[in-house]
Amino acid sequence: MDRFKRVPIQEQEPQVRARNFKEVCLGYTEEEARIEAARCLNCKNPRCVGSCPVNIDIPDFIEKVKEGDMKEAARVIAKSSALPAVCGRVCPQESQCEGQCVVGIKGEAIAIGKLERFVADWSRVHGVELSEPAEKNGRKIAIVGSGPAGLACAGDLAKLGYEVTIFEALHEPGGVLVYGIPEFRLPKDTVVKHEIDNVKKLGVKIETNVIIGRTITIDELFENEHFDAIFIGSGAGLPKFMGISGENANGVFSANEYLTRSNLMKAFKEEYDTPIKVGKKVAVVGGGNVAMDAARTALRLGAEVHIVYRRGEDELPARVEEIHHAKEEGVIFDLLTNPVEILQDEKGWVRGMKCIKMKLGEPDASGRRSAAEVPGSEFIMNVDTVIMSLGTTPNPLISQTTQGLKIDKRKCIIAEEETGLTSREGVYAGGDAVTGAATVILAMGAGKKAAQAIHEYLIGK
Amino acid sequence: MYKIIKKQQLTENIYLMNVEAPRVAKSAKPGQFLIVKVDEKGERIPLTICDYNAEEGSVTIVFQILGFSTQRMAELEEGDYFNDFVGPLGQPSEMIYEDLDELKDKKIIFIAGGVGTAPVYPQVKWLNSRGIKADVIIGSKTKDLIIMREEMREVAGNVYIATDDGSYGHRGLVTDLLKDLVQNQGKKYDLVIAIGPMIMMKFVSVLTKELGIKTIVSLNPIMVDGTGMCGACRVTVGNQVKFACVDGPEFDGHLINFDEAMRRQTMYKSEEGRKILQEEEGNTHHHGGCGCGGDK
Repeated sequence: MDRFKRVPIQEQEPQVRARNFKEVCLGYTEEEARIEAARCLNCKNPRCVGSCPVNIDIPDFIEKVKEGDMKEAARVIAKSSALPAVCGRVCPQESQCEGQCVVGIKGEAIAIGKLERFVADWSRVHGVELSEPAEKNGRKIAIVGSGPAGLACAGDLAKLGYEVTIFEALHEPGGVLVYGIPEFRLPKDTVVKHEIDNVKKLGVKIETNVIIGRTITIDELFENEHFDAIFIGSGAGLPKFMGISGENANGVFSANEYLTRSNLMKAFKEEYDTPIKVGKKVAVVGGGNVAMDAARTALRLGAEVHIVYRRGEDELPARVEEIHHAKEEGVIFDLLTNPVEILQDEKGWVRGMKCIKMKLGEPDASGRRSAAEVPGSEFIMNVDTVIMSLGTTPNPLISQTTQGLKIDKRKCIIAEEETGLTSREGVYAGGDAVTGAATVILAMGAGKKAAQAIHEYLIGK
Repeated sequence: MYKIIKKQQLTENIYLMNVEAPRVAKSAKPGQFLIVKVDEKGERIPLTICDYNAEEGSVTIVFQILGFSTQRMAELEEGDYFNDFVGPLGQPSEMIYEDLDELKDKKIIFIAGGVGTAPVYPQVKWLNSRGIKADVIIGSKTKDLIIMREEMREVAGNVYIATDDGSYGHRGLVTDLLKDLVQNQGKKYDLVIAIGPMIMMKFVSVLTKELGIKTIVSLNPIMVDGTGMCGACRVTVGNQVKFACVDGPEFDGHLINFDEAMRRQTMYKSEEGRKILQEEEGNTHHHGGCGCGGDK
């Protein structure tokens, strides 16, 4: 065994997986996991732990994997994380735990994410029971939104004995885990459902089809339903559009719409009622993880897919692993290219997209290279479907209907970083609703911090 | 799960249902809508709220069989359940925030087209409960398709009816009737509120612009989540892009790009047709029953 090389992981062949919605990465076998775990140096001052947003005791759980005690490994992780099978799959480990791994200095970092995933999958398959409902302390907490922030906050509060109710606007809990991230990266019926069930087993109630700000307001939750504190984890779900001509043509979608149809409504399955427009040639505008998800979804539905991004390869904000997977599957990257107009046929359908070539300038103060148009370089891409993946902002519905809840210029809820406390007493917030679109694990971290802060606040009351 | 307390067939293809949904009933206001999903595999469909009773915890919906999902809804019976029933969604009608005295001075006429009569009802009823009698024009293809005529008469001022074939009331379109009322019968209106098929709302808006009467319409674009997270329902209002589910569904009829809105409504026409065909003929059409290989 080469100490500096990680154990390779099995994946579906690119040509095969580009035609199905099954998970791309097949995960480690027990033997592979134990070999990979044996590479860990079990550092005295582990740098990986500090860069995990929920501070999982990484060397400890890896040690248990090495010993073959998967049950105990699962227990170690469960102390810090409610969604290990999710995070092991979708965290950008290269910039978090794995990015700090000492082995990574000379060789390849320990595959912490893949090991976490292995442990979580193993305990699901083997029916390991980790959730012991705590004795109730008689106090009620409402959580707005059942995404990663809300689930993490709810899980921790339930363990402390609170009576927790999550209110979810959609018909399924999970937030971006169910409507945003596709099946081929994060299986819904097995992985996501199981982790949400684990949170429910702690005694957390989830009420779907309740839109805070419409069905009931934050103020009414306090006054009429007597909640002692509220955590807002409503995310950043409002899509941005470019504002260019032709953007309302038939065949132009936000990535949120496209992914919601496919993931939440399961439009890719014949027996479900929600339709989806496939298109023969699809342009996905943007370069983030959501753009990769939309592109790979369109590809699986049978289209030729182009990623259109205004900066270069090095500037793509998506995870390297996702870009790599997209390329392997046949997604075409049109970099340094920006749309200026969407062209329509006489019936109002997309018939093409006028783009302009871009060039990169010097890095700005934030270190990001600016992109400028190359004069006279306009050309037409012949596409019949355009998916806009330009980022999202928080939904203003809650802030608009809650007295005294302060938001900033970007419509993000203003909350203290360490506690999540907002401008309203008893109201805490975290995740994308506060930071704008970020990652699953950062949202979970914020949910956990807020749970602790809510506990301290109510003890003092 | 949301129980169907009452089901009533209003016409050949229009149904009324009372659904147990206490949270929605408690918060609903005139002009808002909700989203229903029949079962696990169903799609999410927006429907305007037609009536609500907070004490009883029930909400009334009225829908017309237009495609696959509404067909399946119509097959549900009293005692059956909707999987999902979420709301209220959208902005309530502007008028409920207006100063009551100012509102009382206004002459209001509603124009209801077909199944659009149902969402007009809660608004007229709301006004009536505050001592304001609004006039109503109900438009229908033919006499048998008119719905809620008696209920409307109880809460409205004058109720005028127009049928395309002249089988009841005025023969012709609602726009002809409105024009006649204003130009020949000396009626004066300060506000027109039109709810019905997009094409009707378009031509009402064209006419009222000529007549110089402020007009509100309730748009019914394609929706998915209904909470502002996807933009499927986007419409151009006064050169600005709006999401009908959060900014609307009611907008100034004189500012809407109706042609674009109607075009966007047709986006899934072929998928919708295919679904019905599949339901009726099983999978036969998929395998090219005619030998041509079909389109799949």
